[in-house]
Amino acid sequence: MKKLLFSVVIMLTVTAAGAQVYGTRTGHIHFFSSTKMENIEADNHSVNVVLQVKTGTLQFSAQVKSFAFEKALMQEHFNENYMESNTYPKADFKGKIDNIAAIDLTKDGTYQGKISGSLTMHGVTRAITADAQFVVAGGKISGESVFNVNPKDYNIAIPSAVVDKISENIAVTVKVNLDKMQ
Amino acid sequence: MKFPTLLRAVPVVFALFSFLHLSAQDEDLLKLLGPEEEQVEYATAGFKTTRVINLHSFENNAPGVLDFKISHRFNYLNGGLYEMFGLDGATLRLGLEYGINDRLMAGVGRSTINKTYDGFVKYKLTRQSTGKVNMPVTLSWFSSITCNTLRWPDETRKNYFSSRLNYVHQLIVGRKFTEGFSAQLSPTLVHKNLVPTEDDANDILACGVGLRQKITRRTSVNFEYIYVLPGQIVSTNYNNSLSVGFDIETGGHVFQLHFTNSRGMTENYFITETQGNWFDGDISFGFNISRVFTLGSPGKKG
Repeated sequence: MKKLLFSVVIMLTVTAAGAQVYGTRTGHIHFFSSTKMENIEADNHSVNVVLQVKTGTLQFSAQVKSFAFEKALMQEHFNENYMESNTYPKADFKGKIDNIAAIDLTKDGTYQGKISGSLTMHGVTRAITADAQFVVAGGKISGESVFNVNPKDYNIAIPSAVVDKISENIAVTVKVNLDKMQ
Repeated sequence: MKFPTLLRAVPVVFALFSFLHLSAQDEDLLKLLGPEEEQVEYATAGFKTTRVINLHSFENNAPGVLDFKISHRFNYLNGGLYEMFGLDGATLRLGLEYGINDRLMAGVGRSTINKTYDGFVKYKLTRQSTGKVNMPVTLSWFSSITCNTLRWPDETRKNYFSSRLNYVHQLIVGRKFTEGFSAQLSPTLVHKNLVPTEDDANDILACGVGLRQKITRRTSVNFEYIYVLPGQIVSTNYNNSLSVGFDIETGGHVFQLHFTNSRGMTENYFITETQGNWFDGDISFGFNISRVFTLGSPGKKG
């Protein structure tokens, strides 16, 4: 009987470890393109994010149409002319925290993570790496990361007439507050 | 004993299941968030601007966007080289048009033809969408008033201010069928307070059709034709308005270049007073230039 109890405890622990998943539907992605001519920025506050604490596996998914711009026309052009969001409605990231072995995201604290994975948007998938900071407190994990994206890498053509207005290094800031999920 | 052995196997099986469960998560973790709430997805940019060519399209200015429109219709091409194929003369309309909210826009303009002032409102009754709300068409209501401010031709007779006014009401039924192709129908009522003779109708019914096919992401070919129901305009010559155009979008500008047999740029002129005949070469080159300024911000979140 003791053995049985022991087995059940083990079993529950294994299952619990498997469910160490944190996520949100309201992740925030901001991007900023800065040139001498014009600054362009947009925010998306409805990014889906899931993080598996033990393995460090990480996934993001953002609706391209949910990026809100200051100017309506910019938003229209972003969707119509650049991202072609009717054809490619989502931007996805699949990756992991490379140094997850050195980080325990179940314990309160501040951790530096190295993230690598593949970013898919506008029908193009490319490998990217980024540094991230994780803060674990009160059973929640918040994460923040900044990296650069070049539109050319994703087959996004920029006509010569506006080439001075759109940066080749668009800074992408990701901020997420993850809750433990069932 | 067989029973405990079996029991001992149970956790192994469960552990195995947990493992399978784990690898399933690796495939698509996002499924753990549960089914996504369906959103209303509005069709956008069925036309590049608020005009097909002369006719209003089913698109509005975005909220907070002011559109400064400069429109020209040159003289007929059949003037030949002496008239530089019409470029020596032109009619002009200057307009300021503003998007008040997602559904409502309003504008004012001044045309050189008959020194006419115009004001209009356009309201989207429905918006084409998929997803949570499935709406196949955009229905838009357009109403305008124009005021001719020419000096009275005969000052000795009794003139009424109301004689200067014309009204237009139009229902626009449009759909963006594919990324590139949009179409609309515009049943229209033009009311003229003053008509030349008793035989002419004060209320004139017409129906416009507008088509747009994109060529590239930033250019499109547009077509428009307005059929005036016969027997309404009897004392003056008129032709149905026919126009073909080409839209070019560059950043904050849209250039609409076209050929048309209409010289006026407000509904009462191009629908009921188009004189040109395409087959006689009474074709005007014309353009609308749209320059937008963002005055308000459409709900940007920090």
